[in-house]
Amino acid sequence: MPSPLVKARSTPVRDARPVAERTLSYVDAVREAADQEMSRDPAVLVFGLDVDDPKAIQGTTRGLLEKYGPERVFGTPLSEDAMTGAAIGMALAGLRPVHVHIRMDFLLLAMNQLVNVAAKSRYMYGGRVHVPLVVRSMIGKSWGQGAQHSQGLHGMFMHVPGIKVVAPSTPYDAKGCLAAAVRDNNPVLYVEHRLLHFQKGPVPESAYTVEPGTARITAVGEDVTIVGISYMQVECLRAAKYLEDVGIQAEVIDPIWLSPLDVDTIANSVERTGRLLVVDTAWTNCGAAAEIVARVAERLQGVRDLRLKRMGFAPTTCPTTPALEDLFYPTARTIASAARDLVEDGPTGWVPVERPDLQSIEFKGPF
Amino acid sequence: MRARLFRALYRIRRLEEEVARVYASDRIKSPVHLSIGQEAVSVGVCTALRPDDIVFGTYRGHALYLAKGGDLNAMVAELFGKATGCTMGKGGSMHLIDPEAGVMGMSAVVGTTIANAAGYAYALKLRRSDSVVVSFFGDGATEEGVFTETLNFAVLKHLPVLFVCENNGYAIHTHQTRRQGRADICAKAEAFGIPAERLDGNDVFGLLTRTQEVLKSVRAGGGPWFLEVSTYRWREHVGPGRDFQLGFRAEAECEPWIAADPVTRLASELSVGERAAIEAEVEEEIAAAFAFAEASPFPAPGELMTDIFQEEPDALAAR
Ligand SMILES: Cc1ncc(C[n+]2csc(CCOP(=O)(O)OP(=O)(O)O)c2C)c(N)n1
Ligand SMILES: [Mg+2]
Repeated sequence: MPSPLVKARSTPVRDARPVAERTLSYVDAVREAADQEMSRDPAVLVFGLDVDDPKAIQGTTRGLLEKYGPERVFGTPLSEDAMTGAAIGMALAGLRPVHVHIRMDFLLLAMNQLVNVAAKSRYMYGGRVHVPLVVRSMIGKSWGQGAQHSQGLHGMFMHVPGIKVVAPSTPYDAKGCLAAAVRDNNPVLYVEHRLLHFQKGPVPESAYTVEPGTARITAVGEDVTIVGISYMQVECLRAAKYLEDVGIQAEVIDPIWLSPLDVDTIANSVERTGRLLVVDTAWTNCGAAAEIVARVAERLQGVRDLRLKRMGFAPTTCPTTPALEDLFYPTARTIASAARDLVEDGPTGWVPVERPDLQSIEFKGPF
Repeated sequence: MRARLFRALYRIRRLEEEVARVYASDRIKSPVHLSIGQEAVSVGVCTALRPDDIVFGTYRGHALYLAKGGDLNAMVAELFGKATGCTMGKGGSMHLIDPEAGVMGMSAVVGTTIANAAGYAYALKLRRSDSVVVSFFGDGATEEGVFTETLNFAVLKHLPVLFVCENNGYAIHTHQTRRQGRADICAKAEAFGIPAERLDGNDVFGLLTRTQEVLKSVRAGGGPWFLEVSTYRWREHVGPGRDFQLGFRAEAECEPWIAADPVTRLASELSVGERAAIEAEVEEEIAAAFAFAEASPFPAPGELMTDIFQEEPDALAAR
């Protein structure tokens, strides 16, 4: 059997250009990016536990096996550590593996390979090698995901030089960032969120990239800057609507790439508003929110007065009972409340009354 | 013994059937990994255990928890997310625990508790206790590094631990032969020097007697032992339903397992009166557990931030 690598390159890369708007789900955007990158470059592989099973990682890998065959798309044994190491070996040999994990929590089994090998090889081998590896992983939320199926660990990877981290929140960025990650010659941790999988939005048909270090202003305002990471971007945009009701114009920013981070876009906004609220789908301690606040503070200290705040998971383990799980996460309403307190320079005690059109997505199990 | 085994099996079966039935009402807002079809593994092995013996399990742990004597009310309340649950509603179905009954925990991350079981066995040995630890895990878990690393440690330190691999043939939707180059789990244990044998997961008597024999050696300091138990999951990997419609396994594959169901077989071997009495008692107990869960309060908001650290002297360590 001939190697799939010698197959003639099929579709050439087409430039991103404005096309008739087409609506796609986040799931389909991820799937389409993988498909286009695999057809563009025969060195791209997609593997991981259950990528080839009937549920196809919520549909994000559906059809790839049929199209590209079992040598380029395969389910793995339950061996995250070894499979990550193997992915690095493939990358060293010139392949471009995309290793998929249905929960981010499982990355903890692969920490040695990711942190000690993937992130360091380029540097410790003096630039003689590189590791074009993409690791896709999902943050779980709701329906009792609980202690070990709900963690947002992106901050741990932001801490480590040599690995890039991206957490797209829209279908458009999901597609463009996955393509950019695959084409990047370095390890990239690609963070998804299970609630984002249901999001729909405009996605061009042709291939395009959203490059490392790109942030996006998603709502324009003058009173307070709100940065929402991953799924919290959705809640922050809802919070901006609640704030509108009380006459506060929030500027909302989606950092998209957490490492490298587009500090300029965020700091420029805060220079105008003087107030920064960063909301993460993770703990705040030493996390992405802490890092963003610190960078902005370093940049703007002495330039102007600042009011700063982080929000994220409650500093405890995620409980399963809805009675406590609801309190564990920031919501549009608690975000709006915190933003108003920043704007008014002190606790106002205001929490908006829930608007039916701004309710959080209710996820129904069994998983 | 027949009546005792039937009661244990029937109780778990009916409990999980009730979980599946109630699930549609959304009162259990939690993933549930049902053991329906696999109950005899937990019941056969745990019936051979003493109350002071210890078990560790997986997210598919309802059967193990109940077979080892875990509190039924606290389990159902846990699934309902109530303050009276075995973890106060914090851990849910995947993290059942009942230290009083020797159920020392379950992990949602595959393979993790295998090593915890070995560590607990080390502590028992250090204390010159003749209790043993039984580690339950699935066929998929044997692919994780922690599995082989733990086998090596257990042999090296001659630990009083019994490994029980519940081989239901699948990890979620993927068959063992599509994940393992050599689908012989006993051979892996033997390669480390652990005596291993394969048993029929529907033969609850066989499981009980063989575990009793094996534990004599383990208790006497003979080192670890390994049982691979063939079994079959009747329902979907997670959730109350079935999964044959997904096409990864044929319903016909399940039929022989249903035909050999020990719950039905044992029921037919009891006298009509004895069976009816057991069934009535169990139904009453289960109904009471669901009523208890229903009537229990949710944890108060302040509980979100309790038990992050142990602030009092360690009661368990002193035991
Ligand atoms: C380390 C890790 N990887 C992947 C998963 C996702 N996962 C949950 S259950 C499961 C299958 C496990 O199969 P097996 O050990 O045979 O147990 P069974 O579910 O059949 O009882 C997988 C892959 C996980 N929970 N943990
Ligand atoms: Mg299995």
